[in-house]
Amino acid sequence: MRDVAVVSFAQSPYVRQDLAHNEVEILMPVISEAIERSGIPRSEIGFTVSGSCDYLAGQPFAFVNALDAVGAWPPIRESHVEMDGAWALYEAWVRLQCGDIDSALVYAFGKSSLGDIRDVLTLQLDPYCVAPLGPDSISIAALQARALLDSGRYSERDFAGVAARSRRDAIANPAAQVTSTSDANQLLGEPYIVSPLRRHDCPPISDGAAAVVLAAGDLARRVSRRPAWIRGIDHRIEPASLGARDLTQSPSTKLAAEKAGVRNGKVDLAELHAPFSHQELILRDAIGLDAGVRVNPSGGALSANAVMVAGLARIGEAAQRVIDGDAHRAVAHATSGPCLQQNLVCVLEGD
Amino acid sequence: MAERCAVIGIGQTQHASKRADVSIPGLVREAARRALDDAALTYRDIDAVVIGKAPDMFEGVMMPELYLADALGCAGKPMFRVHTAGSVGGSTAIVASHLIEAGIHQRVLTVAFEKQSESDAMWALAPKIPFQPTTVAGAGGYFAPHIRAYIRRAGAPADIGMMVAVKDRLNALKNPYAHLHQPDISMETVAASPMLWDPIRYAETCPSSDGACAMVLASEAAAAQAPRPPAWVHASAMRSEPTMFSGRDQVSPRAGRDCAADVYKQAGISDPRREIDVAEIYVPFSWFEPMWMENLGFAPEGEGWRMTAGGATAMDGDLPVNPSGGVLSSNPIGASGMLRFAEAAMQVRGQAGEHQVGGARRALGHAYGGGSQFFSMWIVGSEKP
Amino acid sequence: MAEQVYGIKTPIRLDYTYTAGEAASRHLRGLAEGKLLGQRCPECAKVYIPPRGSCPTCGVPTRDEVECADTGTVTTFCIVNIPFPGQALRPPFVAASVLLDGADIAIFHLLQEIDAADARMGMRVQAVWVPRDELRPSMESIRYFRPTGEPDAPYDTYKDHL
Repeated sequence: MRDVAVVSFAQSPYVRQDLAHNEVEILMPVISEAIERSGIPRSEIGFTVSGSCDYLAGQPFAFVNALDAVGAWPPIRESHVEMDGAWALYEAWVRLQCGDIDSALVYAFGKSSLGDIRDVLTLQLDPYCVAPLGPDSISIAALQARALLDSGRYSERDFAGVAARSRRDAIANPAAQVTSTSDANQLLGEPYIVSPLRRHDCPPISDGAAAVVLAAGDLARRVSRRPAWIRGIDHRIEPASLGARDLTQSPSTKLAAEKAGVRNGKVDLAELHAPFSHQELILRDAIGLDAGVRVNPSGGALSANAVMVAGLARIGEAAQRVIDGDAHRAVAHATSGPCLQQNLVCVLEGD
Repeated sequence: MAERCAVIGIGQTQHASKRADVSIPGLVREAARRALDDAALTYRDIDAVVIGKAPDMFEGVMMPELYLADALGCAGKPMFRVHTAGSVGGSTAIVASHLIEAGIHQRVLTVAFEKQSESDAMWALAPKIPFQPTTVAGAGGYFAPHIRAYIRRAGAPADIGMMVAVKDRLNALKNPYAHLHQPDISMETVAASPMLWDPIRYAETCPSSDGACAMVLASEAAAAQAPRPPAWVHASAMRSEPTMFSGRDQVSPRAGRDCAADVYKQAGISDPRREIDVAEIYVPFSWFEPMWMENLGFAPEGEGWRMTAGGATAMDGDLPVNPSGGVLSSNPIGASGMLRFAEAAMQVRGQAGEHQVGGARRALGHAYGGGSQFFSMWIVGSEKP
Repeated sequence: MAEQVYGIKTPIRLDYTYTAGEAASRHLRGLAEGKLLGQRCPECAKVYIPPRGSCPTCGVPTRDEVECADTGTVTTFCIVNIPFPGQALRPPFVAASVLLDGADIAIFHLLQEIDAADARMGMRVQAVWVPRDELRPSMESIRYFRPTGEPDAPYDTYKDHL
């Protein structure tokens, strides 16, 4: 496999609702920043790929307008996935393996504030037997949280601990949306939204965008003093049927982590895409992170969750810490679908 | 540096305006099973699945790869969903081929589908969105003015479009999977059909179809074990340009020309008209055939219509175009691009049955989408590249 | 005998609040004042209307506002013969691309006060606005374009905008 690295990352400040700007206007400065920081001129970027979702935007072909933010002239090699930008990054990584081009721009955007995201996500479910019942995405996640409590492995206090830590760490992240100094005890005093989930166990609703530039081999070494090398990347999916899965485990994450080679070295930090607090606990176990690993120093998806962006942002946040020299080896994770149905794991390492 | 990629299995569904006999999983499995059978494989043998389709509003299912994971045997495997508007069927095949060429997987199942009868296709294609300039003329109305511009630029006779409609629909009679089977079609019946957006007549437009297409792509080593001769991928490329910009050539977009030049270069082709034996190209409105003949470099600028008029693009011409009947005969939007890629591969494998072009050794598959701004193409051959 | 179930109808309703964005908001507010506002790209100097906040070819923000005239040239058109959802007029009618004087890209609008068969590429046209007190932030502040009667614009002046 060819050596490919993240050489830059940029994201917009995440907000509950941006009434003044449409998706393209949010995206433009993010792409400009990522390209500028990469040291690679826009005209030399070999491949461009994005992640976004029509149902989020409430219109078909929503990604087409975003090309205006890229300046696709002369015509460019470009693609799009209707998935979180983390999978767009995967497509870019695969494309670079083919050997004929050396760099790629990956971006993702989404305004979860436009529709009722809680209900929009219901449309991911089986359209014949499940979606017509109208279970919203928080209730679906609550099923998993309940199963985890019933397993005896974790408690509501553990959930609150994840939420408190995430939102406190988010204070240091200029892009974060939700920050808090509350501790677990204070959070446990709050009422349930959907038992056993409280408000702090659930992700915020966020508008935002993120972009990453990848570069291969010599180009990465030329433009970056400390490229964040992608040492391994893999993704796996589980059955859609909620009843066919053990919701307290994440076998697809476990498998993806193995294939990505997480165990090949010491992990300094992990950015895990866990929109719900209990999911971080499941993911930690699935990846096999020991207690010493710092999780979600960015604040994670509990502090900002622009759907379609948050997974790419985890990769970006982890890569940025490697680029800055704050970590040598990091794990980044992204998820898609109800109750952690599909998972991507990426291992990033400095020289 | 890249590995070779082979197409070792191809399958498609019976395309129809409404496949009420199957659910969405049933539709994709019909195509997938046929492709697997063609390759003498089962779901267990597949390493990864790449699925593609157009906007989810066509079925009312958001991110359907999640729901279809079970149906396509994906538990524990990587699954990926591409969406590049109308070109998506082609892009999906290309993304799948990269997984083979990069040496990441040995056998990849790629599927493209649309079950657009489930939702309201006309609405899903162009709902009225606030603050966006409305098309005022409906979906076909977007292309009609550009077709008019082509006719003016090229000085083309008015009946060229009708000739394409007749040719493609007669070709479709030899394709058992095609949606439209119109044995009585003729220049007279097309001329008599209602004029929708002048100069496009009803009989010159594509249908709205439910359908799916699937292919099994394999590495050279895996292809060696396949029972039938594969089609080899000689070249693939994608190009995009913005929808609207000052001075944009919407009749012969540069993205299309650049994409074609890229695949010809990769495949070592200097004279496409002579060196390509058959082309399956994305023609949703009849006049796109002569327009794409020019855009693809088969004819000089302004001369594409002569190829149609002179019979060059007919089954017995020197460059048959759309022997399958093309998009004019079957149009499950998300699948149409992959159908072009698959039909091209079927031709060089000698697998096209009654619509086989004799001696086809190199074929072009072409797809486009959006406002003629997204292009994906591949060239397949009967010999290893 | 039990009846086979082949499908179910699931009505889905989702409400969305759309954001025009800064550039579109400027344009729409301009229409409410009877003005056609575009934006010029600082790199290629092309004037885009409706403005989108960025130049599609250069990929840079466009902030310079330019007012375009409400006269222009028909670059190309089609005659709509079929009814379809949301249609305001009865067919047949002409939908045209109009290159406004001062703009570098055509807008799409209706052509009226003309027999559909008389529509021509190159025709000079003028916007017909709604009465002043009906102006609002929408392209519908212009009811349609009508021929001015001037000689057609030469093909060269609009051939790059087809």
